[in-house]
Amino acid sequence: MSMHRRRFLTVTATSISGALLSACGANPESARKLLAFAEQKNEGFERGLFRHDTMDRVPTSAKLAGKDFPKYFISKKVPMWDPSVRGAWRLEVSGAVRTPLSLTIDDLMKLPHITQKVDHFCVEGWNARAEWTGVRVSDIARVAGLTANAGYVDFQSFDEDYHESWDMASAMHPLTLVAYGMDGHMLGPAHGAPARVHSPVKLGYKNTKYLTKIVFMPERNGGYWSDQGYEWYGGT
Amino acid sequence: MAELVKRNHWVVRLTHWVNAVAIVIMAGSGMRIFNAHPAFARPGETFVLNPWEGHAIPNWLTFGAWLGGARHWHFAMMWLLVANGLLYLGFLFLHGEWRDIVPRRGDARDAIEMIKFYLFVRRDHPIGGKHNALQKSAYFAMPILGIIIVLSGLAIWKPITLGFITALFVNYKWARFTHFAAMAVLLLLALVHVFMVFAVDPYSLRSMVSGWYNRSKSPEARNARPFYHLFGPARSHSSDAKAPLP
Repeated sequence: MSMHRRRFLTVTATSISGALLSACGANPESARKLLAFAEQKNEGFERGLFRHDTMDRVPTSAKLAGKDFPKYFISKKVPMWDPSVRGAWRLEVSGAVRTPLSLTIDDLMKLPHITQKVDHFCVEGWNARAEWTGVRVSDIARVAGLTANAGYVDFQSFDEDYHESWDMASAMHPLTLVAYGMDGHMLGPAHGAPARVHSPVKLGYKNTKYLTKIVFMPERNGGYWSDQGYEWYGGT
Repeated sequence: MAELVKRNHWVVRLTHWVNAVAIVIMAGSGMRIFNAHPAFARPGETFVLNPWEGHAIPNWLTFGAWLGGARHWHFAMMWLLVANGLLYLGFLFLHGEWRDIVPRRGDARDAIEMIKFYLFVRRDHPIGGKHNALQKSAYFAMPILGIIIVLSGLAIWKPITLGFITALFVNYKWARFTHFAAMAVLLLLALVHVFMVFAVDPYSLRSMVSGWYNRSKSPEARNARPFYHLFGPARSHSSDAKAPLP
């Protein structure tokens, strides 16, 4: 091997490792761009793969997490809807709809409901099983009547300013519920009472608890955790 | 005398080093993701197969700084790992070099002979092909582990959309455990590999950079065990003649 070639290899190896090192530490801007590009391409790939007929395969005999189901919210204390302060809780459905809705918990429970035993996939890596009772978001959308420009939906809460927006395909999946019951009981304050979004097709942080508003919109609206650097899509 | 042979095709050399970088980033970011919940049990359950259940991996071994950052690295670098792996396996298949790593009858016996040699039970280095029998089994295991890692990775990335892949590993929990355990075995093999390169055959480093390998410095020619005959006298490899008595 000639010295030229050896030098060429040394120089090449040094520049490649240099570029990598700068991508990791010294120059986070180029790394951030690369990762943002990958996230965007991944989202396209994931949305292309997404189907409404892929279901969660939790065996009917599976054990429920029950009292061990993790409890999570961003307020300092468990968020509780106080009717004496805020009036009766209502779920407002608005935005790109023909008929905006304002549903009391009784109105919500009068809509066709289902009960399903599914997984809850947390971004941290754990999964927990529970039996959720609620109304499909697709049924709520049907009642409200979506307009043609409804491409995204934002699920907003009374847990501080917590919200997460979704792509329409994931929201319209038959497993995506506005849940008001858990494990055969009405939803408790630790799990998002009076109603929350629950779906195994998205990671836990996309499943807004303490739900107050469903806003259909033409553009995405970020989200509490998505704005802090977690993937916006967060699909499973 | 230097007995130079072209040992590694440029595709093998390229994919080897890209793989080294991709695996370090994938394992580092993967362990960072794992640290967000360093256990395999579901909430309220126990998991007996992991003796360190609940114990995080030291942060200095991880990559990506935080859960969200590590996920971004993991989901970006996975494409490089997969593309590179497909290029390597495609080349191996089309170029016939799969024969250098796919096990054949007799490999188990040859591997035992290698172990006997390393344990000083046998005096002379068994003569192998491009790789000795132990290397062969390790280099064959690596792509198999890679396939398991990619499949179990898809299983935990898309447990609903690709639920049929998750079902191959029973469920999400077992897919996540498989993903982690296969990574641990692969890292162990990679560490042994790096150790053996420096302790037995540092001359092979050249063949993985420029492609050229000096056969008169091969472990067979040097009769090299870990740290034995590292620079040792090159025996003539070209004839079967026994070395004369001194």
